[in-house]
Amino acid sequence: MDFDIFKRRSGIETQIDEFLNRVSEAGLIFKGAVVDYLKGDLETFVLKRDRLHEAERQGDVLRRELELMLFTKTLIPESRGDVLELIENMDTLLDHYKGAMWKIDIEQPRICDEFHEDFKELVEYGVEAVESTVCACRAFFRNIDTASAHMDKVIYWEKKSDVVSTRLQRAIFRREDLRLSHKRHIRDFVRFMEKIADEAEDVIDRLSIYIVKRAL
Amino acid sequence: MFLFFLSSGLFLGWSLGANDAANVFGTAVGSQMISFKRAAVLCGVFVILGAVISGAGTSDTIGKLGTVNAMAGAFIVALAAAVSVYLMTVLGYPVSTSQGIIGAIIGWNLFTGTLIDYTSLTKIVSSWIACPILAAIFSMILYKLVVFCIKTFKIRMFKLDTLTRYGLIIVGIFGAYSLGANNIANVMGVFVPVSPFRDISFMGIFSLTSAQQLFLIGGITIAIGVITYSKRVMMTVGTGIMKISPVSAFVAVWAHSIVLFLFASQGLEHFLISHGLPSIPLVPVSSSQAIVGAVIGIGLLKGGKGIRWKTVGGISVGWVVTPLLAALISFISLFFFQNVFQQQTYKPVEYIVSAAAIERIENQGIPTDKLKGMLGNKYSSAFQFNKALKERLSLRLDDTSFIMESTEYHKMEITGAAIRFLDSKWFTEEQIKALEKLDGQVFIHTWMMDEALAGISPSWRIKKDDRLFSRRLKEKIDRIHDLFHTR
Amino acid sequence: MKSRILKNSKETDRQFDEFLDNVSEAGVLFREATENYFEGNLEAFEEKRNKMNDLEHRGDALRRTLEHLLYTKTLVPELRGDIMELLENMDALLDHYKAVIWRFDIEHPDILPEFHDDFRELIASGVNAVECTVRSCKAFFSEIDETCNHMHKVIFWETEGDIVSTRLQKRIFRNESLRLSHKRHIRDFVRFIEKIGDEAEDVIDRFSIYIIKRAI
Repeated sequence: MDFDIFKRRSGIETQIDEFLNRVSEAGLIFKGAVVDYLKGDLETFVLKRDRLHEAERQGDVLRRELELMLFTKTLIPESRGDVLELIENMDTLLDHYKGAMWKIDIEQPRICDEFHEDFKELVEYGVEAVESTVCACRAFFRNIDTASAHMDKVIYWEKKSDVVSTRLQRAIFRREDLRLSHKRHIRDFVRFMEKIADEAEDVIDRLSIYIVKRAL
Repeated sequence: MFLFFLSSGLFLGWSLGANDAANVFGTAVGSQMISFKRAAVLCGVFVILGAVISGAGTSDTIGKLGTVNAMAGAFIVALAAAVSVYLMTVLGYPVSTSQGIIGAIIGWNLFTGTLIDYTSLTKIVSSWIACPILAAIFSMILYKLVVFCIKTFKIRMFKLDTLTRYGLIIVGIFGAYSLGANNIANVMGVFVPVSPFRDISFMGIFSLTSAQQLFLIGGITIAIGVITYSKRVMMTVGTGIMKISPVSAFVAVWAHSIVLFLFASQGLEHFLISHGLPSIPLVPVSSSQAIVGAVIGIGLLKGGKGIRWKTVGGISVGWVVTPLLAALISFISLFFFQNVFQQQTYKPVEYIVSAAAIERIENQGIPTDKLKGMLGNKYSSAFQFNKALKERLSLRLDDTSFIMESTEYHKMEITGAAIRFLDSKWFTEEQIKALEKLDGQVFIHTWMMDEALAGISPSWRIKKDDRLFSRRLKEKIDRIHDLFHTR
Repeated sequence: MKSRILKNSKETDRQFDEFLDNVSEAGVLFREATENYFEGNLEAFEEKRNKMNDLEHRGDALRRTLEHLLYTKTLVPELRGDIMELLENMDALLDHYKAVIWRFDIEHPDILPEFHDDFRELIASGVNAVECTVRSCKAFFSEIDETCNHMHKVIFWETEGDIVSTRLQKRIFRNESLRLSHKRHIRDFVRFIEKIGDEAEDVIDRFSIYIIKRAI
């Protein structure tokens, strides 16, 4: 049995899905690019940098269209602002990926081999956190009851990312052979990566409020 | 002159529109789901439609409680209702025009010595209590159902909001229609017996009875109230008892509309009666109290927290205080109007124990031995006659009303000149011919003329199985009772 | 005159107070921990650091419960957004304390004894600013008229912090014996600590708007 009237997706829903796809995709590109950079494969890195740049640009276009649609399409006025804010917050995550990418590209930090594993782990957790945020977002629009399971995951990944970041920074500053300026440079990158999960957590903090507000 | 006397009813209609439209469209407008303009237009149109099409049911009930038979009296009754509702609203109680008008009619009954029909009164008062309770029950069921649907069909956010918006409009329209049907009796009910309007027919497509014309005017004033003043009320509604979500608001308005419709629908009443089911009395109830009941229902489902029980207490206060206040105001103003301004606020109804009446009563199976001792006695009011009856006899309530009906003095003389007054489009040829046969006859009781006419032609006979025909006929009979009335 | 905003339950009030007490307590802990660091008592420092972590976690949990309560139970929808913002800003102050402590722990900055007094003064002014913010916050929920007694002090302490920070940074960069990376490292810490006072002032700025809203 197919309840067509309820299941058919409106244009705006396709648009939101499309936008969330870009965010999720950007995470995958980002993760790959960081691995490439650590391997020293700069050529692939640059390629991925450009792909991410493109994804971010598309995301921006989609977001603007969405924002226009939101004010014309039927949505409970109280929810309009919330959905708008949510989309903007998701866009910030996308921007953050791009920012990290460019920062690596511009500053070309020398990351010692012994930090590679931790660094990859850190990026992995950040991307996972964002991925769970994307899932939570989709659930918000589709089946609001399932959102909380994804939101719990975001908090979990953020904690993991915190632990790795602290461990990594500590290891960096305990190294006797590195110059202070070098340590500070790598530290900046660690903190930048750590922020991804933090921001994802901020997004779901907001999301939980939107969900309560939409209680029937 | 009639328009001047109608003004108090129009004022009552205006305040009804200003206050009660918010119950129906308040949440939708307050949360910007639809614009005020659209809401006002929809609300106005459907209130008028509801009033004209289905307004008769509740007016009958009001008429049974007390037939206000003089224009000035109707003016005072409506004014007393309006003033008491206004006072209670200023004090911050969610009262309704229903309670005001019933109280005011009781005041009129007391002033004129008319007997209060306790069966009708009980029916009305119990409906007031039933109304919010029913609304609460309906809203609980509907809320469960709606939530179940949303969960089962996994309705998505955008779809849900679209559905909610249309839902609010649809139940709002339904609510406006029910409001018009149910509450028009409050506004115009007391004027129906004194209306000077005659039935008009528009090119044979449809016709408006005199009552319906009154309802149209009343409906229009309600609509004016909606358009001119309800915006303010709408913007503050929703914070009344507890903050509710759009979906809950949809459910609340829906439940409210169903309840108002139940208490107004003659169609439903016929259906229930014809299927041997207990019917719902057609009584004007309060829209505000229905919506409060509906919201409480949802609040209870959600654990009962966040309900402002103080507001709920206010409703019960309204049940008691509003009718008492209205009765008092009505009684005092009638006294002033009658004695200071020398206006006729009622036509006295006299009773005469005639031989024909006794015979009719005897045929009904009521013992008449003691009644025969009263033969030829005349009583100047129902109250006095009732007192006299009580001194001699102990009767059942039904029998008393039958005796009162049989002995009511209403002298009529059928004259050719008067017959020519009749609207030949409304009365059939056969009906007029039957009347002509009775030319020159004099009757002292209305039932005597009815029986005489029914004896001549079947077109004057009530058909038990055709309620619509019977209702129309009843209106015609009332008309000729007035027409041939002589002092 | 008592004008409770969260009139619905004592439970909410209690949790709110607990949350604010947490912030206040964190300030005391922060001062002690930095003192221990300057003294070179790393063991005591680590103990304080762990305590601070616990405090911050409890603060987060309290904030989430409170936000949920705010949206499900409270009867004043117009104020919900404001109160939530206030909660989040206060929580940010708590986070900031924690972040500074962790940064000390991770990076082990080498702060010369000649800077210690200025650092202490800077920390004291920051903590005082937060303390006054907490007091205004408490007043806002119970005796709204009292808020003004505390608000202006926040601005005072923020200015104090500014003066000390400028003086300290000048001294650091005028020091001939330090390397530039070392100077910049210490400077980072000065700025990070100075930010506490700034954030407290931001909270107060918001505050004056809420108070005006309440007055109308």
